[in-house]
Amino acid sequence: MINDPNYRRRFVISGIAIGVVLVYIIRLFYLQIIDQSTKDQADNNALVKQTIYPSRGLIYDRNGELLVFNQPIYEITMTMREMGKDWDTTAFCRSLQISRAEFDERISEIKDKRKNRGYSRWTPQVFMSQLKKEDIATLQESLFLFPGIAIQKRTLRDYTYKAAAHVLGSVGEVNQNDIDGDEYYSRGDYSGRDGLERTYEKQLRGEKGVEIIMRDSRGRIQGSYQNGELDKTAVAGTDLHTTLDIQLQLLAEQLLAGKIGSAVAIEPKTGEILALASNPSWNPKVLVGKERSKNYNMLLNDPTKPLLNRATQATYSPGSTFKTIQALVCLEQGGITPNTLYPCSGPQSTPIKCTHHHGSPVALDRAIEQSCNPYFWCAFRDLLQKDGYGKENENFRHRYELWRDAVMSFGLGQRFTDSDLGEQSSGSIPSTKFFDRVYGKTGWKAITIRSLSIGQGEVLVTPLQLANQAATIANEGYYISPHLNRDDSMRIHRHNLDIKKRHFEAVKEGMNRVMIYGTGRHFAVDSLHMAGKTGTVQNPHGRDHAIFIGFAPVEDPQIAVAVVVENAGFGATWACPIASMMIEQYLTGEVKRKDLKKRISESVLNESVKKW
Amino acid sequence: MRASRSGNILNSVDWLTIGLFVVLVFFGWLNIYGASYTFDQTSIFDFSNRAGKQFTWILGSFVLGIVLLLIDYKTYDVLAYIAYGLMLLLLLATPFLAHDIKGSMSWISLGPVSLQPAEFAKCIVALAVAKYMGRYEYKLRTWRDLIVPFALIGIPALIIMVLQKETGSALVFAAFLLVFYRQGMSGYVLLMGLAAVALFILSIRFGAVPLPYGSGSVGMLTCMLLLTIVEIYFISKEHPMRWHAWILIGSVAAVYGIALLVNIWVRVPFDWVAMGIVVALMLYTVFISIYWRKYQLLLVTLFTMFCIGYTHACDFVFTKVLQPHQRIRIEVLLGMKEDPAGAGYNVNQARIAIGSGRFLGKGYLNGTQTKLQFVPEQDTDFIFCTVGEEWGFVGSVLVLLVYLFFILRLITIAERQRSVFTRIYAYAVASIFLFHLTINVGMVLGLLPVIGIPLPFFSYGGSSLWGFTLLLFILLRLDAARMEQLG
Repeated sequence: MINDPNYRRRFVISGIAIGVVLVYIIRLFYLQIIDQSTKDQADNNALVKQTIYPSRGLIYDRNGELLVFNQPIYEITMTMREMGKDWDTTAFCRSLQISRAEFDERISEIKDKRKNRGYSRWTPQVFMSQLKKEDIATLQESLFLFPGIAIQKRTLRDYTYKAAAHVLGSVGEVNQNDIDGDEYYSRGDYSGRDGLERTYEKQLRGEKGVEIIMRDSRGRIQGSYQNGELDKTAVAGTDLHTTLDIQLQLLAEQLLAGKIGSAVAIEPKTGEILALASNPSWNPKVLVGKERSKNYNMLLNDPTKPLLNRATQATYSPGSTFKTIQALVCLEQGGITPNTLYPCSGPQSTPIKCTHHHGSPVALDRAIEQSCNPYFWCAFRDLLQKDGYGKENENFRHRYELWRDAVMSFGLGQRFTDSDLGEQSSGSIPSTKFFDRVYGKTGWKAITIRSLSIGQGEVLVTPLQLANQAATIANEGYYISPHLNRDDSMRIHRHNLDIKKRHFEAVKEGMNRVMIYGTGRHFAVDSLHMAGKTGTVQNPHGRDHAIFIGFAPVEDPQIAVAVVVENAGFGATWACPIASMMIEQYLTGEVKRKDLKKRISESVLNESVKKW
Repeated sequence: MRASRSGNILNSVDWLTIGLFVVLVFFGWLNIYGASYTFDQTSIFDFSNRAGKQFTWILGSFVLGIVLLLIDYKTYDVLAYIAYGLMLLLLLATPFLAHDIKGSMSWISLGPVSLQPAEFAKCIVALAVAKYMGRYEYKLRTWRDLIVPFALIGIPALIIMVLQKETGSALVFAAFLLVFYRQGMSGYVLLMGLAAVALFILSIRFGAVPLPYGSGSVGMLTCMLLLTIVEIYFISKEHPMRWHAWILIGSVAAVYGIALLVNIWVRVPFDWVAMGIVVALMLYTVFISIYWRKYQLLLVTLFTMFCIGYTHACDFVFTKVLQPHQRIRIEVLLGMKEDPAGAGYNVNQARIAIGSGRFLGKGYLNGTQTKLQFVPEQDTDFIFCTVGEEWGFVGSVLVLLVYLFFILRLITIAERQRSVFTRIYAYAVASIFLFHLTINVGMVLGLLPVIGIPLPFFSYGGSSLWGFTLLLFILLRLDAARMEQLG
């Protein structure tokens, strides 16, 4: 019908059909190509990812003694819609030894959407968690009587010894930051929160497995997805072998009992930390499981700050132990020779009096032995003024900077960034800028900073740095950053000092004399050939802190130790015996001085220190 | 042509259309198997599952097709009115014979199978309309000539909608508007239909949205602005002086400007201002139509009056006339309600299923959404989800293109007829298929409200498959005889 006036309308109708299909293709393009949200929604809809938790790596000490392991705990889950009308609540309560009221309360908690946002009748809900094997034994036998009930196994940390809490750290539930920062984690997962557990989290946690199962619109399980091809088996965490000697650690903690302080022992040649104790401490078991957050808050609110790892985080002026470094730097930078003599007028000396009585003048070995303050003030002064002050003090300032660099080369005043120790303070060796700020650029001279010569004043170090200092002297010129992992990966972090070997020999001789004739003589064990240096640090807030550094045997050092006891008075009285016994323990495997051990460990210097 | 001369039929029948029919039916069957597939599924031919049953229906439809091709083409013309009468009786009787299936009274049980007479009504109405409008003396000149055709589609639609409560099946008869349009009905009727939908959506969706400035609702103001534009368009089209339109636009703008100014001191009800302008223009149209003797402009006046009433009635219809479930479906579609677990569930799950198919799909029988029964009605009204999920963008587009090709082919067939009867019938067939495709896929894609009508050849169900087969093969039979028919 070509002459039909409406013939052209076929194109309108065809156009409508084409238009409709075109619009739908565009819509399909949007839904299937552009809009990315539907893929995930579909998976959430149909696929249930069941996480299979790997067992966390175990932690051992240097002799292969197990320190940290996993204990199984059990969780009871219930899927409401599978619990029929004739479900025997009474029998269920009996098997768990809970009352009907407790049961009802828990059920209403589960069903309360405000408390339990993910509640669904179709999915398993946690009814009770963190149960011991014996708690669920009865239920396990009669599980078939209670449809909808399942017992799920998870693991918690457990500890062989009530020791090394700071070093080992703890495991806790991840927070939102962790989840945002690492896609490995999801809500409810656990991760190492501090200490080794945190540093080696990636190694210890292993790899979560996943089993993908399909469920239909009613939530019924319909088997595994794509024949389990996408499933992943869990990979257990790798065990961690630490450098700790647990016997030494236990001794250190025992000796520190009733005191606030810390003790660090290092194997000088390797930088391996043999013991790292901080008191007050806690039993690591209290930060596990149900009680974790309650106990954590109690630790947090304890005025003695047990959570602070004093061995790595607390900073002190090093006091007389700093004289060893002063001697080494002055020898190296030409301020003195081993034969240089300085006069000492005992308590009448100016500007710094001497606290000991000895002959005058003194040379270096006797100066260290007797901890002669005037000697080190004179040596420090002569070093800094070696080139005069110069115009605007630049020669003096330059000398100070050289001195400071040398001091810091012992690892003082900075964190061991190449170490695996998590929580560290840097301490501080004041810079010229610091003094410029306080006194003005030309306003400070050697006399202004005289207290630095004897390790008082603005110098601040951590006990860990002190132990490393002892190890450096023991090594006669190098250290490997102190660390806790027994594998050899840390050996590359070797730091060599620009100080000649013979200077170390001179200082070591002095330190040896400390233990024979000097402040440490009462606690020396002749057969062990110890060297050391005591320190008594003035403390503006209370009694002096007692400090000791040392190593043994002098000719081939196996252990370097630093001990700090806060508000204990003389270093020789409290810090030295603790270090001495630790050295004895490590070198001989036991402490023969039973009476000393008993006296020190039972002495309470601070009443408020609690044992957790 | 007699049945005995069936040798000729093989030469003259349109094999391309039969090919498309077989492709669609076969692909639909695969997807029914996919949609109803569960994990303990046995065979695609197992009669106890949907795909197996559908296979039986498909075999039946082939037999039906062959039988239809063998019947004398004149039969359809001759029996059209009688069939129409019988059909009306059956439709009237159905609610009394039917069982209530999900609120629908349209299914009659015949032993093991159920039939839905409404599915066959389309074909018979198409024949009756074709017969009436295909008469030699029939000419579509005025709206009076459309009374009978509208009655022919309106009566069965009313019965199906009111007595059988099958809104979807009743709405299909709207497809005949395209047929009327092809036969000479004014295109404005289609535009008016479109305008009615647009006004309905505007007044429902934005009727309660307050204006940011002044008082009144966004929906009402937009409706009135649209009417203003329509009025100015028609007045300036009929008015002999061109510049006249600019005066009108200027005056309207001036009135709005003054209203905005006044609004600084007094809150102006802008929708009333807008309606005032529409009424003023309406009166002006009456004046012009009389003054210039352009009486057709009076129709515009009527239209405007109707629209004003309609816009105000929309809310009433929406809240009082529509059933609650229909209201919620529309609200969900218009984004007025978020209800992913309730009324929005189907649509949302369909969207997820299709969207998750991505470019190439998850592969046949690998669709997790459809296989795990997240999408309700997935093998009937929502069968397109399975296509989307398992065959992806590529498969879905391909299916749509095959449908488009199929419909365009039907239009081509329609246009090559010398018999007006056959051409009208062919357009009816094409329009019905187009309507089903548009409504069904639009619903699944979340572009149209949920209206339960099947996707031809794809959706599970014997009645719909046989209904469409009847529709198509009668056309093929008539087309095969086109050389013998007179124009």
